[in-house]
Amino acid sequence: MSTTEILGHFGPYGGRFVPEALIGALDELENAHKSAIDDPLFQAELTELHKTYSGRPSIITEAKRFSEYAGGARILLKREDLNHTGSHKINNVLGQALLTKRMGKKRIIAETGAGQHGVASATAAALFGLECVVYMGEEDTQRQSLNVARMKLLGAEVVPVTAGSRTLKDAINEAMRDWVTNVETTHYLLGTVAGPHPFPTMVRDFQKIIGQEAREQVLALTGRLPDAVLACVGGGSNAIGIFHAFIPDSDVQLIGFEAGGDGVETGRHAATITGGSPGVLHGTRSYVLQDANGQTVESHSISAGLDYPGVGPEHAFLHDIGRAQYRAINDVQAMQAFKLMCETEGIIPAIETAHALAGALEVGRELGPNSILLINFSGRGDKDVQTAAQYFGIPL
Amino acid sequence: MTTQLEDALKRAKSENRAALIAYIPAGFPSYEGCKKVITVFQEAGVDVVEIGFPYSDPVMDGPTIQEAATISLRGRTGAPQVFSTVKHAHSVGLATLVMTYWNPIEKYGADAFAQEIASNGGSGVITPDLTIEESAKWESAVLSSQINSIYVVAPSTTKDRLARVASHCSGFVYAASLMGVTGTRTSVSSGAEDLVSRLREETTLPICVGLGVSTREQAKSVASYADGVIVGSAFIKILLEAKSEAQGLESVRALAKELALGVREAR
Repeated sequence: MSTTEILGHFGPYGGRFVPEALIGALDELENAHKSAIDDPLFQAELTELHKTYSGRPSIITEAKRFSEYAGGARILLKREDLNHTGSHKINNVLGQALLTKRMGKKRIIAETGAGQHGVASATAAALFGLECVVYMGEEDTQRQSLNVARMKLLGAEVVPVTAGSRTLKDAINEAMRDWVTNVETTHYLLGTVAGPHPFPTMVRDFQKIIGQEAREQVLALTGRLPDAVLACVGGGSNAIGIFHAFIPDSDVQLIGFEAGGDGVETGRHAATITGGSPGVLHGTRSYVLQDANGQTVESHSISAGLDYPGVGPEHAFLHDIGRAQYRAINDVQAMQAFKLMCETEGIIPAIETAHALAGALEVGRELGPNSILLINFSGRGDKDVQTAAQYFGIPL
Repeated sequence: MTTQLEDALKRAKSENRAALIAYIPAGFPSYEGCKKVITVFQEAGVDVVEIGFPYSDPVMDGPTIQEAATISLRGRTGAPQVFSTVKHAHSVGLATLVMTYWNPIEKYGADAFAQEIASNGGSGVITPDLTIEESAKWESAVLSSQINSIYVVAPSTTKDRLARVASHCSGFVYAASLMGVTGTRTSVSSGAEDLVSRLREETTLPICVGLGVSTREQAKSVASYADGVIVGSAFIKILLEAKSEAQGLESVRALAKELALGVREAR
């Protein structure tokens, strides 16, 4: 089974729901992306950046002590946290920054939740000499103040968004308003596999290197494919990045872990596929957390990066056709896995990543000691030290 | 059969003037307050009213309409309130449109939504974030309910695409005067006149211009080349700043009268 894409659609999902003013820019981006894919010079330039700037290929770490808590399953971590800027976000950002240059635009705007995509965007802007404005919900600027400082040090302007729930959703609204107004000079460097076509396809193309590398690495290390590939899902870019190379391998389970917040049953969560329904948000049709009038419902999660009431359309499709499954991990489960990873492996994960790690504890117990689980270790937890210290009562 | 909207635009044309189209979100400044504003619109010489369906994520709207939407949603405005506001506007004799982002229609069901518009006396719906590529379901709903479907074009829209978008429109084509979000501007972008003249080459439908119009002078200037002048944020700003409902309504009346003069003195 493979995903089908017709005019930017994944089955009934995807497409473009945007003001007409953006159609020209989306067409321009789609063309730039298409021509770049077939251009060996572009690919060589991107590969060089991966090798000499962000540090690819990222390594695989086997988590042997953590495994004891996961039913003895072999746990293989794909270490995207070791990339420059500390997460998988840089993969997409470098690709889109090169496209920005190709389109002759001098200014990028970005949205950010946890700040990882904002930091990566500010980094690429510095590297390529682009002006950079990052929109960030006011609540997120408070819980991720360290990343705000990083972006400013890198020369970006950070705009706190005070509308709505003051989180990622509202940051995207504000970025889209900026883009409609400044579309001639500005590229919207969207950080996830959501938004109008071509973003879901393009961002996935820049992230699928994670799964391509990991598939070869796991084969070399274990002589076989993993039984399951696990990742956390907010918008879903790290998940689609590691899933994509395995989609044709029908024996490999693909499992995404959404943010269950206080628990899906409480209504205070960000588990869009688990607890939402099909609808349109931010230019694409996918699953959405919404009420009876089609109004977006505010999401809740301890993890700013997963705190989003939408999800990429390809995930919606993979869910509906049964190729991938999506489960919810609540705040408590995620923080337990966070601590366990710190104490058993000496690696502080991002709280986003901790959702996938909690999932590994669950899936490992289900599949048992002879199974192999590949987990996308999407980001490092330095940015979350303050949140975690508060959570565990460590005085600062 | 023609819609009340088509009749209103025809009547304005026969009087050698542009039509005045006024926007107000349902449920703003309150559910009943909105109906009063609509009555004032009619009394002051507005030809067509556009009732907004407030939405949680209005990416095409500037701060003024965002604030109005927030107030309206806090008052729990939903589809039933929008339809009953349409019914009121129709009852005072205004040609009535609904302007809505796509998701509330998708959630309600395209066919049912179009039927409710028609049965409450509405003439059509403006869908600013529904692209023609995604419009198949909506087109069939609109056809069977015999209401107008109005899409928005922008200064960046190419010639070829102007023709295609216009071919999906009925009633009129909505020309956004500038690249940007809704809100009052000190001047109306010169791009608007250029867009209207490019659009005239592709369609015989009436063309109405919106975004940034707030004064009699601006209305007069736009009315010299467009078939309709659309005003939204200016009314909302007045209502947000009003000290009382009565004062707000009188200020709305005064502005609507000025704008109605503006569209009559252009040619």
